Amino acid sequence: MRLRTFALVLFLLTCGVALAQDRSNPAVKNNSVYTELAKAPKKAATRRNALATDPDAAAAGSKLFSLHCAECHGDMAEGTRKAPSLLADEVQQATPGTLFWLLTNGVARRGMPVWSKLPEAQRWQLVSFIKAMTPASKPADAEQPHSAQR
Amino acid sequence: MLPITLHPHSSFPVWMFSEATAVCRSSRALPLGLLGLVLLVGALPLHAQESPYIVTYDHYLEEPGSLEVEYFSTFGTQRAGNEFHAFWAEFEYGATAWWTTELYFDGQTTFNDSTLFTGFRWENRFRLLQREHFINPVLYIEYEQTSGADKILKEVEGHDVEADYAVPNAIARQEHDHEIESKLLLSSTFAGWNIAENTIATKNVTGGNPWEFGYAIGASRPLALKASAQRCSFCPENFIAGVEMYGGLGDRYSFGLHNTSHYLAPVIAWNLPSDWTLRLSPGFGLNDNSHRFLLRWGVSREFSGFGAAVSRLFGGRQ
Repeated sequence: MRLRTFALVLFLLTCGVALAQDRSNPAVKNNSVYTELAKAPKKAATRRNALATDPDAAAAGSKLFSLHCAECHGDMAEGTRKAPSLLADEVQQATPGTLFWLLTNGVARRGMPVWSKLPEAQRWQLVSFIKAMTPASKPADAEQPHSAQR
Repeated sequence: MLPITLHPHSSFPVWMFSEATAVCRSSRALPLGLLGLVLLVGALPLHAQESPYIVTYDHYLEEPGSLEVEYFSTFGTQRAGNEFHAFWAEFEYGATAWWTTELYFDGQTTFNDSTLFTGFRWENRFRLLQREHFINPVLYIEYEQTSGADKILKEVEGHDVEADYAVPNAIARQEHDHEIESKLLLSSTFAGWNIAENTIATKNVTGGNPWEFGYAIGASRPLALKASAQRCSFCPENFIAGVEMYGGLGDRYSFGLHNTSHYLAPVIAWNLPSDWTLRLSPGFGLNDNSHRFLLRWGVSREFSGFGAAVSRLFGGRQ
C-alpha cells in the first residue's frame, strides 16, 4: 500500500514538474544565453565546416532547420520565448566550429537538447544554413522576444 | 469487448482504470478516447528523428516539452502453448533536456485464449552528463505494476524463458508483480554509428525475489549521413538500420548467460517527413530457452510544444 502511495506521489510530482518546466524556461530568465558560445573549446571552435564548398549544404540545412529547430527558434530563426534568435550578431559572428560544437553538445540546463543524434554531415548542413542567413532577413525586433519578457 | 485485468488490491491504478474498464466493456469509448487525444494534440507542430531500437535505449532523450505517442506490437511464436500478440502504448514526455518521463500501458492477446490488459509502467531517464562524451551515461528508473500474463518482452531479465509464456492467461493473470527496474544506459556516436549498451537490474518488491539482471546492446546507422535538400519520404537519410541483441543475465544467486533467453534482432526505422516514425524488427531466439521468432513493429508520432499547450490550458503564459 505504501509503495502504491509512493508511486502516486511520484507520478503527480512528475506531472507538476513537467508542466512547470515550460513556465520556468531559462531562455526567458536570462538573456545571456549567447555566452554558451564562448564556452566552445578552442580546438572545436577552429574546426572548419566540412561542407563549406557543398552548394546544396545550406538548402539541406534549411530543411533540417524546419524539421528540428524552427519549433523553438522560430520559422525565421528570429527567436521565441523558448529559444534565442539565431540572427543575433553573437551567432552570426561565431565560427562554424563553435556552432557545430553547440549543436553537438546542446545546453541541457537551458533546454537546448543534444543534437549529436543527427550525423555530423547534417550538423554541418545546419551550420551552413545558419551562417547563410543574411542580416537583411533579420527582423527589426529579432531579439525582442527575450528582452520583452524581462 | 476487452476483459481488462486489474490488481485486486491496487490503489493507484484503480482510480484510473476502473472507469476505463467499465467504459471499455460497455461501448466503443476507447476508440473515441483515442480520437479525442489525437484531436487534442493534432494542432501541435511535429518533428521526428527516432532511433530504430525497440528494446535497447541510446542516450538521446525526448526534446523538452515534446510528447511522443507510440504504439508497439510483438508477435511471438510459442512452443508447447499458444502464440501471442502483445502490445503496448507509450506516452513519452521531455520534462527537461536532461529528464524524460514515460508511461506505458501493456496488453496481450494469446490466440485460442483471451485478451488482457496486463499492467502499466512508469519510466524515467536522466542524463548524467551535460555535454557529449565518447561514452554518454543515462540513468533509467522504472516502476512496473504488471501481471504474470504480461508478454511484451520489453526486456529480458533473470531466468526468463519461453516456457514462462505458455501458462494460460487465466492462471498467469493471478500473479501480480511490482518491480523496480534500473538500467545504466551507455551510448556512443561515432562516424554516424550509434552503439548502445544497457545493463539491467530488477527487483520484484513483492515476494522476496532476488535481484535479476539483463542486458541489451545495439548498433545502428542512417543509410545516408547527408540530408538531401528536398523533403522526401524515401531519401536514404530517413532510414536508420541496425541490430540489437538482448537477454537475461540470471539473478544474484545464479548470475550468467545460462538458463535464460537471448535474442538477436535486426531493426529498421523509417522517419517520415510527415512526422510519423515506423519501426520493424524481426527477432530470433538464440537458444532453446528463447521464443524462436518475435516480430515487432511500432508506430510513433512526436508532438512538439505539448508541454506549452497544456501549460496554457492551466493559465500559463502564452
